[in-house]
Amino acid sequence: MKLELRGITKRFGALVANDHIDLVVQPGEIHCLLGENGAGKSTLMNVLYGLYDADEGEVLLDDEVVHFAGPGDAMAAGIGMVHQHFMLVPVFTVAENVMLGHEPTRGGGRLDLEAARAKVVEISERFGFHVDPDAIVEDLPVGVQQRVEIIKALSREAQVLIFDEPTAVLTPQETDELMGIMRQLKADGAAIVFITHKLREVREVADRITVVRRGAVVGEAKPGSSDAELASLMVGRSVELTVAKDAPRYSDAKLEVKDLEIVDPDGLVLVDDVSFTVRGGEVLVVAGVQGNGQTELADALLGLVTPSAGSITLDGTELVGRSVRDFLGQGIGFVPEDRGVDGLVGTFTVAENLILDRIYGPPFVKAGSLQLRARDEFARAAVEEFDIRTQGIDQPAGRLSGGNQQKVVLARELSRELRLFVACQPTRGVDVGSIEFIHKRIVATRDAGVPVIVVATELDEALALGDRILVMYRGRIVGIVPATTPRDVLGLMMAGIAPEGSEAA
Amino acid sequence: MSAQTAVRSDDASVSSTLRHVTVTSKKYPVVFTFMSVVLGLILLAAPREGETKFRFSAESDFFVIPSISVPAMRVAWVCLAILVLATITSWVLYARERRTPLVLGIVFAFAFLAGFLSWGGAGSVSDFPVVRLISASVLLAVPILFGALGGAIGERAGVVNIAIEGQLLASAFVAAVVGSITKNPWAGLVAALVAGALVALVLGAFTITYRVNQVIVGVVLNVLVLGLTSFMYTQVLMKNADQLNRTVRFPSLPIPLISEVPIIGPALFRQSIIVYLMYLAVPLVWFALYRTRWGLRLRAVGEHPLAADTVGIKVERTRYRALLIAGAVVGFGGAYYTLVSVSAFNRNMTAGAGFIALAAVIFGKWDPVRAALAALLFGFASALEGAMSVVGSPVPSQFMLMLPYVVTLFAVAGLVGRSRAPAASGIPYVKE
Repeated sequence: MKLELRGITKRFGALVANDHIDLVVQPGEIHCLLGENGAGKSTLMNVLYGLYDADEGEVLLDDEVVHFAGPGDAMAAGIGMVHQHFMLVPVFTVAENVMLGHEPTRGGGRLDLEAARAKVVEISERFGFHVDPDAIVEDLPVGVQQRVEIIKALSREAQVLIFDEPTAVLTPQETDELMGIMRQLKADGAAIVFITHKLREVREVADRITVVRRGAVVGEAKPGSSDAELASLMVGRSVELTVAKDAPRYSDAKLEVKDLEIVDPDGLVLVDDVSFTVRGGEVLVVAGVQGNGQTELADALLGLVTPSAGSITLDGTELVGRSVRDFLGQGIGFVPEDRGVDGLVGTFTVAENLILDRIYGPPFVKAGSLQLRARDEFARAAVEEFDIRTQGIDQPAGRLSGGNQQKVVLARELSRELRLFVACQPTRGVDVGSIEFIHKRIVATRDAGVPVIVVATELDEALALGDRILVMYRGRIVGIVPATTPRDVLGLMMAGIAPEGSEAA
Repeated sequence: MSAQTAVRSDDASVSSTLRHVTVTSKKYPVVFTFMSVVLGLILLAAPREGETKFRFSAESDFFVIPSISVPAMRVAWVCLAILVLATITSWVLYARERRTPLVLGIVFAFAFLAGFLSWGGAGSVSDFPVVRLISASVLLAVPILFGALGGAIGERAGVVNIAIEGQLLASAFVAAVVGSITKNPWAGLVAALVAGALVALVLGAFTITYRVNQVIVGVVLNVLVLGLTSFMYTQVLMKNADQLNRTVRFPSLPIPLISEVPIIGPALFRQSIIVYLMYLAVPLVWFALYRTRWGLRLRAVGEHPLAADTVGIKVERTRYRALLIAGAVVGFGGAYYTLVSVSAFNRNMTAGAGFIALAAVIFGKWDPVRAALAALLFGFASALEGAMSVVGSPVPSQFMLMLPYVVTLFAVAGLVGRSRAPAASGIPYVKE
């Protein structure tokens, strides 16, 4: 089935998320939609899928104009979507998830579980998926959950398949397998839209590439284009893809984590026997696919979770068991994973957010009252130094773009005297321009002799920033390797497979 | 630098599953200790003499089981010994990082009950009515159980139904009025279902369509219904009590044969139609929730409404439908008050049963069968007061009247372990 979008425009208030976008996808073709976070790719697909109403433009299937009032209509017309955040009910089985919305029934609305199971098994075998129809979805690895999403779309006879940032949560191996699946679907005659911002993946599978920037199509690219060409098209200027940094010069500062163990209330060991050391002046990247204990490890480094065993010592001072305020008092800077939830108070102004963790005394608080002049002077200086693009220090932080919000967090954390800096996914959802800036600041912190820990899920970032890379899998350390380690070795390590012969050289 | 890099050398790859350790909680041993001390203090502080007689059947029964007499204090002390043993076992298990098995909890509960009852009934001239205790437990559980079923359906669909109390009271009131006017309990029952559904409709309009905080709307609805029915009661019903507030009650329908089974028969199968409907409602609601298309969609909407929306399920419509059905189910419980229990409406006659039903939903982990069992437990706690007063127990009746609420507190405090609410329960669905 041929899919065509003509002049799609979608506005959210004053923001034009999609500006007259045209796109044609032929059957048996993988069409890549390449663009930065916030370029409007997902909005476009949600319009196509009937989740949003377009303000202008039309959708054509096999040259006929169609109109979708909701996802149900889109599905009935043969459009299937593999969502970035899976649309699966975690507590349901695979079969229940696949049949939801078009359940086979016997008399009286009784579910026909046998038929649903058979359907899952049939599709699963056709594509070699190995999915158990009776498994509970939340117990499955992320890669398998994604296959359930694909089975869900295929069970509805989808002929146009949309993959929305499908590789964000996958290991490099799972990503390769997904590419294989996409080629298989293409050979089967499906029209595929592949939305991503990762250049390597685009060059690997795309038949055609459309680049979107700030809600508009800025051009088409050939599959053979180089990374630099694609990146500059995507960002609108040439960008440095690598971070310039010198060899580490170690200082005396030292963070030691020993035999750390974190257990959740159900008894699952989320961080299992983790030990490592970070010296001042080096960046240790904690790499791994999201959800393998990195978040909990990072939280423990700020005292947000209390480990059930083990120790964390900073320059010889034991930190486990202390309050978060004590951790901060020790000079720990922390950039949380989800800045919107943990990093900022969205309704507070930029200035207020900049002093959020310094309200215990001078210079910003004296005798229990805020020192507004000191605060504002400090905020103006920080806005200047960190190049925060804001209309003013009185603007609510929640209104800033992702990159500028992150710079506010970074400015707050880096403007204190630090003895340890922990940054969790510091460039997630951040535009390429801000990424360059954030990376430079992290390297500058390292060069000032502070031990730095960066939690990264993307290999590119791990390789760009790290002096050493610690790979975690299922709460355990697979290995700590130099940043010169080849990508494929790191990829295997992220899947829990330690490379042979690389033991502690 | 090389000295600082390391790769796991114990095996080539890391296991793909998370290690699991048993998390032990002090809850069981602490509660056991507390209860043992309570019984021990009672026995020491107020020793009693004589025997306790447990009666298992009435004279009129087909099979008559002889009553059993036991030496009261001796039995009580034996029970206390069992409690202490169970408590020690529980502490030992805790020290060894193992969990206290549920069986031990059940044994403990029975031993406590047996010890307490034989102490309470010591030396009494009247027998301790076992059958009446069971039957009263079931009867007192009826409104709570229907309320809990309705609550479970609502929350499974993502709407917290705090208004169970209001639905019970409204349907009790309407059942009384319609039942009295028509002189037909069936008409009263149908009216009660409609009344329950109507309160649910108001709840739905505010929480689903207008996305007002569900807890606030629920609480306000309860107060509103209480005020409205009290006003109507004093202003209208009391002045025309004969025409408007005197229902014909559902008669008791003994089921042939099984009503003659000793103990169980007289206790459970000489009841009115609403009680039999309750026996049917539990498996029916379970089947509907877990084995039908309606139930699958309802649960999907309560767990992950966006996922349901993306497969073409209308979230708001599904929630409305679930809530209306839930309201009608609660309506059965309301009708019980004025069509079975007594034949007239009285101000605030539900007296918080709806809130206990809400507790039963949580205690029952949002599962209809477990919630029903929880409702029965609360019914039993209420029935104990009546049974104890028959034998002239020395415990002030006010204390016994507190029992259902104490049990509720313990239950909701999580004695049964961690429970997990439907993920989207209480959260309105906002489509961007």
